[in-house]
Amino acid sequence: MNTNLTLQKASTIEQDRMRILLIEDDREAAAYLKKGLGESGHVVDHASDGEEGLLLAREAVHDVFVVDRMLPRLDGLKVIETLRGEGVSTPVLILSALGEVDDKVKGLRAGGDDYLAKPYAFSELLARVEGLARRGHAQSMEAKYTVGDLEIDMLSRSVKRAGNEITLLPREFKLLEYLARHAGQVVTRTMLLENVWDYHFDPQTNVIDVHISRLRAKIDKGFSEPLLHTVRGAGYTIRGGTG
Amino acid sequence: MAALAKLVRTSTFRLAAGYLVLFAVSVGAILGYVYWNTAVLLERQINDTIEAEVTGLAEQYNEGGIDRLLRTVRDRSAKADDSLYLIANFSGRGLAGNMGGVPREVSGVSGWAEFPYSIRTADGVEPHRARAYHTNLQGGFKLIVGRDIEERLRFTSLIRQTLFWALGLTLALGLAGGFAISRNFLKRIDSIGETSRHIMGGDLSERMPISGTGDELDRLATSLNEMLDQIERLMTGLKEVTDNVAHDLRTPLTRLRARVEDALRANSKPVYRAALEQTLGEADNLLRTFSALLNIARTESGEARSSFSLIDVAEVAGDIAELYEPEIEEAGGQLEVAVASGAMVRADRQLLAHAITNLLDNTLKYAAAHSEDASSLSVRLTVSLSGGDVLVEVSDNGPGIPEAERKRVIERFVRLDSSRSEPGSGLGLSLVNAVAKLHGGALELGDNAPGLTVRLKLRAANED
Repeated sequence: MNTNLTLQKASTIEQDRMRILLIEDDREAAAYLKKGLGESGHVVDHASDGEEGLLLAREAVHDVFVVDRMLPRLDGLKVIETLRGEGVSTPVLILSALGEVDDKVKGLRAGGDDYLAKPYAFSELLARVEGLARRGHAQSMEAKYTVGDLEIDMLSRSVKRAGNEITLLPREFKLLEYLARHAGQVVTRTMLLENVWDYHFDPQTNVIDVHISRLRAKIDKGFSEPLLHTVRGAGYTIRGGTG
Repeated sequence: MAALAKLVRTSTFRLAAGYLVLFAVSVGAILGYVYWNTAVLLERQINDTIEAEVTGLAEQYNEGGIDRLLRTVRDRSAKADDSLYLIANFSGRGLAGNMGGVPREVSGVSGWAEFPYSIRTADGVEPHRARAYHTNLQGGFKLIVGRDIEERLRFTSLIRQTLFWALGLTLALGLAGGFAISRNFLKRIDSIGETSRHIMGGDLSERMPISGTGDELDRLATSLNEMLDQIERLMTGLKEVTDNVAHDLRTPLTRLRARVEDALRANSKPVYRAALEQTLGEADNLLRTFSALLNIARTESGEARSSFSLIDVAEVAGDIAELYEPEIEEAGGQLEVAVASGAMVRADRQLLAHAITNLLDNTLKYAAAHSEDASSLSVRLTVSLSGGDVLVEVSDNGPGIPEAERKRVIERFVRLDSSRSEPGSGLGLSLVNAVAKLHGGALELGDNAPGLTVRLKLRAANED
């Protein structure tokens, strides 16, 4: 959860500049997010209530919507439902003070793509927003992922680096697949725990780190150029040498 | 007027009105049938006797001529009954019979006629009506034979009146009854409404009135009262939790405040920075503690029960073992897993996983950190079936917990002195305990000689 502001540069490496619509009624939180996202190289439009947010969202110029769940005038979930009803498919990250698994399910059912419970670390939010924007650019399920000289074949479930076969355990394969699907972006520990293990709570210890280091030992050991990087204070990213 | 309109709108009144209409229609139909039958029957009877008499008299005339007919008619007229006779010549003058003359209503060759006539009684003259058949005989004579129908008319009019009265009475009684029943019903509904408004106004101790008849309204009121009992219990529980949370968070918040105040006095950039970093860390810890507390409170409230599903505990335990094995190995220990098949429970997967995670977190935090020789750390995770229970056990060979302290460590925020230096909130086992209770089970701490055994007992799902 530790926020370290120096990490922002790392997370925006090779990241396209995005236009983000932020619908959030808490002025201070909005200013903080606007500043942070702006410093990460993104453009932020801000709406302070549901109706205004809906109007701006209909302009259809944004890469990602970040929507607070409880908004004046028009509830956040209603905004998302309305937009989905109108065929707007822009990815949505829901922010909410309600952190129960149930609330999350409700949010995703309304048409949200990801759900982040308040309070959150900025690094977590940034990683998720950038992950969603990528998803918007049809980077989802593919038969084959390539990161540098690493090849992941989803059909035969085999991994090769520089032509040499690497044997992974099923969970390690799933972990690598998730990282590769988000190649070039920062992936947080919580995102890994949610998506690779399907656990929606925070273990106290750093169980994820050990899994990552084991995976790293398998894919990076013996190669001069590492692919799996730790982004201090935020999480991990996988990327090829040239970006 | 408004009260009346309200009464008329009640479902009871509408039901009563519906039945009333149905009842009135059937009463009307029955009485109408009786009336019609009697009237027709009586008239036919009169017609038959008159016709028979006319035939008989016509025969007498044919056989014995006008003289014999006149004699017979005179004889019959002399009897004091309700028969009327008249024989008139072609000019209309009466030759024999007990009628004054040919009534105006009688015309044509032959046929039926009804007409008024008067009879003499002791008190004077009484108007009556008669029904008669008249026919022309050969030789220009006219024969009229009739009967007094006053009785019959009175009788049918009596039946008609009965019909109207019966209908009227049915309607009046029905309406009055409908109003009375609806008003009684409405009064009870209103009192339930009134009570619920009081309860919404904040007085949770009020209960719905019960009349004691055990009818459907009583049954409704009883289940509403049970619901209110449950709500009151939950509200009380919630208040206790809120009080606890407020109390438990005050200490770290006070510490945080003191640190900030202290740093502000220092007036130096490096001190500020250090204080801010510490504050951020502290805030994160606070938030973690806060969400752990909320998690425990929610688990204790039992709301997760509605989303229970059938879960294989062995599978969940296996998943978590896979998640933790690398870290335990990294700490120099080893994780041994033994799971029985068919350990099914009705549970919330996330909560169950969270509980087992907390147990393994604890072994890493306390057993690994406090073992004399970390490289010999040995953790065992087992899932077994015992009677009607599924047992999840986590055992280690760490320092263990003295028997006297085992009950206490389950309470919120209780941390043993030996582990105060470790990071943590003292809420891990409290959540495990809440999860155990939510699933109808229990949490037990035991001696692993050496080390600690934590046993999470869950009620096994029925095999069906």
